[in-house]
Amino acid sequence: MALSTIGTNQIASGAVTVPKVADQVLSNRNIVINGAMNVSQRTGAAVADMGGSAGYINLDRFRYEASGTAGRFTTTQTAVSDLPGFLNCLHLDCTTADTSIAASEILALEHRIEGQNLQQLKKGTSSAESVTVSFYMKTNAAFVFMCVLNDFDNNRVNTQKFTTTTDWTRHSITFVGDTTGALGDDSGNSLSVSIYLHAGSNYTGGTYVANTWQSRAASDNMIAPGIGSFYSSTNNDVKLTGLQMEIGTSATPFEHEDFGTTLAKCQRYFFRFQSDTAYDAFAPAYWLVTTQVYAMYEFPVTMRDQPAMTVSSFTSGDWRIHSNGGDGNLGSLIINRCTPNNVQTFSDQSSNTGTAGYAGAIRNYGSTSPYIEFSAEL
Amino acid sequence: MKIENAKYHALDGDNTKPNTSITCVIDGKLTSVPISEGNADCIEIMRQVAAGTLTIEDAD
Repeated sequence: MALSTIGTNQIASGAVTVPKVADQVLSNRNIVINGAMNVSQRTGAAVADMGGSAGYINLDRFRYEASGTAGRFTTTQTAVSDLPGFLNCLHLDCTTADTSIAASEILALEHRIEGQNLQQLKKGTSSAESVTVSFYMKTNAAFVFMCVLNDFDNNRVNTQKFTTTTDWTRHSITFVGDTTGALGDDSGNSLSVSIYLHAGSNYTGGTYVANTWQSRAASDNMIAPGIGSFYSSTNNDVKLTGLQMEIGTSATPFEHEDFGTTLAKCQRYFFRFQSDTAYDAFAPAYWLVTTQVYAMYEFPVTMRDQPAMTVSSFTSGDWRIHSNGGDGNLGSLIINRCTPNNVQTFSDQSSNTGTAGYAGAIRNYGSTSPYIEFSAEL
Repeated sequence: MKIENAKYHALDGDNTKPNTSITCVIDGKLTSVPISEGNADCIEIMRQVAAGTLTIEDAD
């Protein structure tokens, strides 16, 4: 048959598989947010001496689970120049080794996902879907690490080892569907995809069973048996990008997304008002009475829940109410009312009174990099 | 997560009204945490209170 005569009717429906077309026409495949590691509202710069406690440090939506170890690392959003199509990666550089591994030690990278965004997995039903996790990783030497799906709603895990190389390697790991344990259809933390980089016997003392959903009810010791340790040497570093989790038994090409779309998705969980010039204004404000200033902060997207508010620093004179021809020191900056769309702050001005009814603005005073950030992370 | 110096804030700074947030220092940063069952920091504060490792000072 001449090529010019092949049309839709000549192509068997089964011959066109998802991997052959996904990069062109199928969107919203990737359940992971910021998998290309492009958004870092907190900072893209190096953050040193990490590993002592858990939390979100630099790249949006990526959390470190860390405790119990003397090992330390620096984490950075690092530019990528040797993996076409990707500009950034999450980079961990071991700065303090820990070769005496106590039982409770742990270091894992974790991406937590809301239950209402996972209902397509049909978890806990007879129709439960397989999911495939894929990512690019590059390390200074070969390591065995563990990729884990962790179901927080039902206390269940599924684990699979993989081996890294010194070149960018795309790892594709398919997890069977789980017919036990439905995920909550809500905004809570239902499931994470994690990579375990270091662990003590509380996590490694059990038996490794690949690609099998297991209960964590009695122990976590099945989560990471047989893995290597990122903290084995200060020579060690790990680079990760292109993280994708999708329905199905094979990895499709990474779903690249425009920056604004990814940023908005990230801002559902975290948003920072970042000053870049001294005296920048942050929020409109008003004197309700002579001893109280209130201010309103509107978020660019509806956040997952009522967010916590953190201020870059709060020593006397850092923050001012700019009003009535001058600046007055804020006595405090506290959440008074809160919704997923906005926050009203309260400032006690007993020691620095003003005039009731005057309007103004909350602004920093004389510093170029202060911020007020709001977190509704999982 | 290291949480210190926790203190309730009552609505409008009036301690006859309901508490709406908790001011505290989390891992060295001054943070105001809304009293919300879905906020991860609030959940952790209440976990530490239940475990007896954290107390929250009453609102002024």
